Order: sequence, then structure tokens, then C-alpha cells
Amino acid sequence: MSEKSALTSAEVAHLADLARIAISEEELARTAGDLSSILANVARVAEVATDEVPATSHPIPLSNVMREDVVGETLTNEQALSGAPQSEDAKFLVPQILGED
Amino acid sequence: MTDTPQNRGTSQNADAPQNTDTPQSSSAQQTADLTRLTAVELSAGLRAGDFSATEVTRAHLDRIEQVEGTVNAFITVTGDVALATAAEVDRKRAAGEDLHPFAGVPVTHKDLVVTSGITTTAGSKILADWVPPYDGTVYRRTKAAGLPLLGKTNLDEFAMGSSTEHSAFGNTTNPWDTTKVPGGSSGGAAASVAAFESPFSVGTDTGGSVRQPAAFTGTVGVKPTYGSVSRYGVIAMASSLDQVGPVARSVIDAAALHQILAGHDPHDSTSLPGEVPDFLAAAQQGASGGALEGVRLGVVKQLAGKGYEDGVSAAFRSALDLAAAQGAEIVEVDCPSLGYALDAYYLIMPSEVSSNLARYDGMRFGLRVEPEDGPVTAETVMAATRAAGFGAEVKRRIILGTYALSAGYYDAYYGSAQKVRTLVQRDFAAAFEQADVLVSPTAPTTAFGFGAEKSSDPMALYLGDVATIPANLAGIPGMSLPAGLSEGLPVGFQLLAPAHEDARLYRIGAGLESALDSARGHSLLAQAPEL
Amino acid sequence: MKYEDAIAKYDPVIGIEVHVELGTATKMFDAAPNTFGGGPNTNVTPVSLGLPGALPAVNGKAVEYAVKIGLALGCEIAESCRFARKNYFYPDVPKNFQTSQYDEPIAFDGSVEVELADGEIVTVPIERAHMEEDAGKNTHVGGSDGRIHGAQHSLVDYNRAGVPLVEIVTHPIVGTGERAPEVASAYVRTLRDIFKALDVSEARMEQGNVRADINVSLRTSPEAPLGTRTETKNVNSFRSIERAVRFEISRQAAILEAGGSVLQETRHFHEDTGETSSGRVKSDADDYRYFPEPDLVPVEPARAWVEEIRSTLPELPAQRRRRLLGEWGFSELEMRDVINAGLLDPIEETVTLGASPAAARKWWTGEIARLAKQDEAEPTQLATPAQVAELAGLVEAGKLNDKLARKVLAGVAAGEGSPSDVMSARGLEIVEDTGALEAAVDQALADNPDVVEKIKGGKMQAIGALMGPIMKATRGQADAGKAREMIMAKIGG
Repeated sequence: MSEKSALTSAEVAHLADLARIAISEEELARTAGDLSSILANVARVAEVATDEVPATSHPIPLSNVMREDVVGETLTNEQALSGAPQSEDAKFLVPQILGED
Repeated sequence: MTDTPQNRGTSQNADAPQNTDTPQSSSAQQTADLTRLTAVELSAGLRAGDFSATEVTRAHLDRIEQVEGTVNAFITVTGDVALATAAEVDRKRAAGEDLHPFAGVPVTHKDLVVTSGITTTAGSKILADWVPPYDGTVYRRTKAAGLPLLGKTNLDEFAMGSSTEHSAFGNTTNPWDTTKVPGGSSGGAAASVAAFESPFSVGTDTGGSVRQPAAFTGTVGVKPTYGSVSRYGVIAMASSLDQVGPVARSVIDAAALHQILAGHDPHDSTSLPGEVPDFLAAAQQGASGGALEGVRLGVVKQLAGKGYEDGVSAAFRSALDLAAAQGAEIVEVDCPSLGYALDAYYLIMPSEVSSNLARYDGMRFGLRVEPEDGPVTAETVMAATRAAGFGAEVKRRIILGTYALSAGYYDAYYGSAQKVRTLVQRDFAAAFEQADVLVSPTAPTTAFGFGAEKSSDPMALYLGDVATIPANLAGIPGMSLPAGLSEGLPVGFQLLAPAHEDARLYRIGAGLESALDSARGHSLLAQAPEL
Repeated sequence: MKYEDAIAKYDPVIGIEVHVELGTATKMFDAAPNTFGGGPNTNVTPVSLGLPGALPAVNGKAVEYAVKIGLALGCEIAESCRFARKNYFYPDVPKNFQTSQYDEPIAFDGSVEVELADGEIVTVPIERAHMEEDAGKNTHVGGSDGRIHGAQHSLVDYNRAGVPLVEIVTHPIVGTGERAPEVASAYVRTLRDIFKALDVSEARMEQGNVRADINVSLRTSPEAPLGTRTETKNVNSFRSIERAVRFEISRQAAILEAGGSVLQETRHFHEDTGETSSGRVKSDADDYRYFPEPDLVPVEPARAWVEEIRSTLPELPAQRRRRLLGEWGFSELEMRDVINAGLLDPIEETVTLGASPAAARKWWTGEIARLAKQDEAEPTQLATPAQVAELAGLVEAGKLNDKLARKVLAGVAAGEGSPSDVMSARGLEIVEDTGALEAAVDQALADNPDVVEKIKGGKMQAIGALMGPIMKATRGQADAGKAREMIMAKIGG
């Protein structure tokens, strides 16, 4: 199992990039410190998480919750765009997407 | 009710008694101030025609006007919405139409609940101006029951925090001592109830966010069994842990609000199917006496003693003694895996947060910020928006969660944490073999001062959630009710029951509450200082 | 490098991911209508826009369709499966994660038989089929018109966001050699036919209901380990699939021949040039941080339900072909022509309505196909199986001969009504009026005494020489059999 408890600024920079959060150099160092301190503690979970223990992803087990294939209430175009920072031609206007086809 | 003076609530507001002896037991007619009545008393008075929904609503709006400058429990006050609902309730009552028993009793919603046409901020700059086009299920339900919405209460940003200081809309103060925090993240909800701005309030609890502020403010807070209340239209923090719950001034009132909120919702696949138990009846039964007789209270070894303030432990112990005197049996239970619960929580919660909060990117709704320099692309705008729109704690948790889920670390972190969850459930299952409910102090401390949370080491600060987190991991219901005071500040007493046994909490909780109230001669809140 | 040279030196391995949009009434996780068209951003709910607080709810019909697809591909159906979140930021993904399935797909371990043009059968191994949701659509708007200070931007429509998809992933397909491009194309065509037979999708390639991502890698020999692969995204016609695989094989071979190495990347196919171009390089950034979707609970298809679905599965194209070959007595070649012409359905229906298989095939692949080609129409636009069955019946009953039947078909194709309507309106029925026929026969006998003598002398084939004049006199409407009987009676009597 890979685990470790100290994060470098470079690793935090990569994570911030994955999480789409612009981050300053100063924040990088502080965040790396904070996260390292948290990770040093929480990594303890691996001590008791043995192979025999199944994972629980839902606290209350339910299964097969499905809905009928019946059309319900929809938003109007005006409602859909009501919170949009910018819109045009009934669509959401977003800045250019790099790597777009 | 037509002969009731229109300005009754407001005219009597000014000379409301500071500390009445038995405010909770007095009948509506004897009570000077409508805001001092419990929800159950308001319901009875409204149905009896002692006062109108409009009067009740105005009284609370006046109270809000009077104390909000000090408390700041609300992000948005919705007076017009509340008065419109109240007028509708009054009209229907006059016309003899069927009404919900609590129609006309005002309520507040934590500003995490989506309300169409009413700004919904999640306490964040990134949603500061977002006016949703739809209603969350819990808001639909309080509307359908005819509960006037007084406003949206303050919270830590996206419910992340234990002090409500992580809000983009200022601090909320603790009505018991305005130099202290009200707890969090449902700090606004708890403060609004403790300050008599609202009879009860809808909060959310992901790791203790209803119970801990209830403990800090001398109110009752409940985290129902996971799935008891729909999460549809409640802005998600950590999906597998979040649960909506009531804050109130009595166990019965909490049960009443839970009853209104609960029930299966096809929009939430994790909401429980089947009939909703009668929480209100259970609480009423518990309050009527004898509820503690023969009840086994399991004191969780891992949630007491070390790390808990002396005053907190003392108040908890004396409540236990009182329960024992009423016939309860006190047993100690051992839940060794709770030693890992906090760690598991601080992996699962940020992981789910990192994904749930990905949608706040400035593309479809909310704040959009362009980068100060460099190219303006969707990617850079997303990154700049999230950098500017999220507070430090939110960003910290997103980055932590991104790490815990990333390739190569998933098994060690998220995977292991989900296993700890299984262990916690097993420990609780074993403990409930020996005890009907498990008990502990709700929080290791009483309300702390402003700035304490932000200045301390993050892990030390997370320790404040140690007693409340296990219930969220296991999905079981938990309640905090006021045990007493420690140096003038309220101490919370937590009860936990097995999943689906929320009614047991209400019965035993109401029994303990009435024993405590009788012992001190009044409810704890009755001795809160006047604001 | 030339394709032939590339294939001579390298062994191609392909892998195909096919996405099919399911034809449910609503989306995968919300009750917005799943329909094509409509105003932008109108088929949306808070869920399909990813608004704060919105939660998904699984469409049971989509699960049923996924089970159908899994069964049709010979897959195991999971006893329990889950949804997972695939986390990545992109403006057309409203939640910035796609709700998909990761380590627990609903169906796995199947195979599908694919028939190539010459009748060779290739078995394609299926790794898995899983459920997921589609993304919205971006329209790129250039900056030349000066809008928003000349900056380029995109417009996003979320009508498609949340449309239910099933993604079908093959294991590496090995051993196809030079036929790799053909196999890839035939495989996707086979899937398309299966989706149609199952009635789980409109399955129209041109509308993007079925989209294919094609992985191609080369290795020096079938024993060598797999080479680095490229993934060509969204190739949307059978012909393009073939061309894209062919191009990639040649391109990669050229790189390897020059001593270079193939870059693991996504590529885009260009219809106009038949070439692929570099897209995005795969890197650490492709860390999707999959985890089980906490807002949804496991799907556990009950065994009885799966068996019920299995028992109601329609006949699949390959099974049907085998059955009809036996029932109809067509040759392999005839059957392939019928299938390639897309005429299996109308022919089967025509047979069901009473026509003989041979007659049904004859009319559909013959005269109707000819008329369709001439009119640039689909055969089924010109005639219905009911009309063709009626026509075949009229020929059978001796009311029409082939020549008249073709005229009747022309009338049917022109919209003049049913074959009998056309027949009576145009007066095309075989003449049964014995008076008119007898007059024509008498006249022919009188005009051709030499022929009559030959017949009397036992040369029966000479009767043919009388038929021309008889037909001419009756404007082709004489029943040749009746005329013959009459001649024999008159000469012999």
C-alpha cells in the first residue's frame, strides 16, 4: 500500500491543478504543511483496515432504487440560464476551451 | 382569533420578562411574548385561535430586527415571504380549510437549503448572489405544512467548520456570551433558536454540525438516521455523511420539525423507504414521565474523560446521576474503533467534498472571476474563480480530498477509511446489545472564543468533533440536549440510538430533558442572558 | 508507409469502445426528456445542469436496456454493481464529474460474432458493458467577429447532458491481420444491428447515437507484447472506422520503421482527408479519482428478472440469419445480397403475409430495388410488404404474369394504390374473357396454316410461334396457359 504523510509544495501544486484551484507560492507552502500534519494522523486508518474488513460506502444499505422512465418537470430556458454569469443564443457562454476538438 | 389585537406580539415585545420561571410550562394565554413560546405551544395557540399566524410571524420578525445586530444568525431575512405564508394560513384557517397542525409556526432554514427565488449562498462568496430556480425537498415540506420562512441562517462555508466563523457573511455570536462562537456549521440555526428569533430551525449535520452548535447554545439538535430526511436540494458537503436535522428549544419541538421534514423522497436515492415513525408521539410519551425507568444508558468509554473539559464532564456526570435517580441503568461500553473514527472522517469527508464542490467553477452559475494575468480560457477562469470564491478551509479540504482519491493512494486512504466505517458500525452494533442508547458529552468543550478555531493546528481543531463524527460514519441517529452549564456556558448531552430508532432518542431524550428541567425548575434557555 | 507494407511487417491489435445512446423516454439520472432537438437548454432539470443540491436518480428502464445489451453480447450480468464518479473538469460536464461505472460494471465477459463481407466470421471478445451519462454540447465561437473583446468562447447546451449511454469495451482484438480495418467496421455495424434488434436505441450513426473510439497498436509479431496504442475518438461512420484503422496502421508503421516510438495519445479522425491528427497526450493529468457514487445505491439485478429479460430478448441478427437461411432455402450468396441491400425485414414480413420466400426475394431485390435506384428512394418507400404479398398472390393465382406485375408495381410505386386497385384502374388483368381469347386463337390459326400443320405433325414446340400473334391481339393480357389449351383443343378436336 502506498501511503505517506509529508506533502511537498510541488505535490500540492499538482493537486491544486487537478482540483482547478489557482494557488500562490505562499499558499502552497502553508497548505503543504497543514496537509502533512493532517495526513500524519489520518494515515492511521491503514492500521486497522485489514483485508478481512469490507468497505462501507453507504451507512444505511439500500439497493435497486430506481425511478420510472416518465418525463417530469423541467426548467425553462430562462430558469436554466438564470444563474449563468454569461449567456448567448439560449446557451451558456464560457471562455474558450483549450484542447477543444 | 379576529378579536386578537394586531400588534400584540410587537407591543409586548419590549417588556418581555427576562427570566420567567417556567416559560415552557405556561399556557399560551399567560405568556407575554409569542417568541418565548415553543413550537408546540404556538401550534396549540394558533389552532385555538389565541393568536394568528401573522401575529406570530410579526413577533418573530420584530425579535429578529431587535437582536440581529448582535447575533447575526441570518444571511437573509425573508419577512415578505414569511408574512405571505402566514396570511395564507390565516385565510385558510378562517375559511375552515384543512391545515397542518403546525401551520403558521415560523421556521428558518440553514442557507444550505435551496430555496427558489431566495438567495442561497452556502455561506460562500462563490454563491453569494445565486438565486435558485428550484426548491429543496425540505423547504417544499415546510412550505407545504404552512410554516412561514423567516430567513436563511448563517453557516460555515459549505458547512465546513465548527464555529460559523468560516462564513463569507460575518460571524454569528453565541446568545449566551456574544464573545463566543455559536458552534458550527449550523451556528446560525442554533443561535436563531437560542435567541428566540425562531421557534425551531432546519440545520444539517455532517460530522456534528447540528449537535455541536445545539450543545454550545443550550438548544436541542438532532441528526436523524441517514436517509430519514431527503437531501435533495440541500447543497452537498459529503454525501454519505450529510443529514438534515432540526434545532429546537425542546425535544418535543425537535421531534415535531423532524416529523415535518422526514419521509421518502424519490429525488434522493438514499432516502429511506416506508412509513415515517411517529417521532412526536414518542417525544410526548417520553415527556409524560417514567421514560428513564429501566433504560440502559451506555457511556462510551472512548467518548468521555480524557480530552474533555472538567466542567463539561461534571455537567455530563450530574445529568447521568439524575437519570440514574429516575431509574436509568448506567453501563460502560467499549468501542475501540472510535479511536480511528476521526481519521476515517477526515479522509472520507474531504474526498466527497472534493468531488461535490467541483461544480462551482464559474461556468453555469455563481461567481466568475478572470485570472489577473495570462490567457483567459475556461481552465484558467475555473481556477481563478475557485481560488477567489472559496475560503481557505474549503480549499484545504478539497486539496486533501483530491489527494486521498488520487491514483496510488485510494486504497490506503479512502479505501481504508471506508473499512474503518465498517468497524465503527460493528462496535456500535455490539454496544447496542448492552445499552438502549449510548451517551457522551456532545463536545469536549463549551463554546470557545472567536479566532480560536482559525489559529489552532488543524488536527487539534478537528478533535472537537470526536464525539459527534461516529454517528455520521455509522448512519445512526444522534441528539444533543442541554445538560447544564459550565462557567455560564451550556454543555450538551449526546444520545445515540441504533439506525432507524430515532423515536427511541425522542422518547428517552424527552424523558431526560423533563427530568433536567424539573430539577432546575425551568428550561436551561430560560436563564440565558437577555440580549 | 503503404498499408500493404505495414501489414507485411507488423501485427495490428485493435480495441474498440462503442457508446450507444439509449432510447429511453428520460435521461439516465433525471426525468428530463431524452429527445433529440428542441430549444437549447430546455430538456434540463436541476440534475442535468448540475445545480447545487441536485441529486441523481437511476432510470430503471436504462438499467433494463443495459441488461438487454449485456445479454445480447453474451455477457454475465453482475449480481451487484455500482455507479462511480469519474472526476474531471470540462465545461460540458455539468458536475465536473461523469457518473459512470468503474470497477463494477453491470455486464462483463461476453463475445460477439461478426461477419465480414465475404462471409468469414470473426469472434470479438467483449470485456464489459457499463452504464453512464452523456455530456452536453459545446459550440466553439471564433473571435474574429469581435464579440467579448475579440476573445474566442464557447456556447454550451446541456440538453444532451445526462442522456443514458451504455459503453461497450472489447478486449484487444488480435489475429485479424490485414483485415483489422474491416473487422473494426463490421464489429460496430454488428453492434448497431443488435441495438436496433433490441429496440434500445435509434442507433443512428449520423445522429451520434452510436459513437466509436478505436484503439490501434502494432507489434512486430503475434508473439510480441502489445505495442503503444493510440485512441482515435468519435469515429462516426462505418466507412470512417475502416479508414481510420487503416490510416493508423500505416502511420504507426512508418514511425516504427523510422526507429521512432508511438506516442500514447488520443487522436481525431478527419473525414475529408481520411487522416488522424494528434489530440491530447495521455499523462498524469488523467487521474480521474474514481470513487463509488455516494448519492446512488448499488444496482442488484435479480436473477429472475435477468432471466425474464433473457426470455423476451428478440432474435438477434446472427440467429435470425441462420434461422431464415434454413426456412427459406436461399443460398448464402442470396442471403448476403438480401442483408446487404437492407431488405431482410420487408422480405420476412412479405413472407409472413403469405408470399413464397422466392417470390418475396424476387420482387424486393428485383423490380422494387430497380425502381428505388431509379427514383433514388428506399425500396420500402415505394411498396409495403402487404402490397408485395398481394402482388405475389395475384401472380400465383394467374391473374398477373411477370410483365403485367412489373407494370402494376410501377403503379403501386407511383402511389396509385394497392396492386388490385392498380390492376383494375389500369386494366392490366390477364384476359379471361374466353370470347376475346378464342377470337385471337382462331385468327392466329387461320393466319398460320403452316404452323398448324407442324403441330398436327407432333411438333408441339411450334405452338410458341402462335403465342406472339395471340398476345399481340390481346395486348399481352392473354393467359398463356389457357391459350395453349385452346389451341390443342381446336387442332386436336
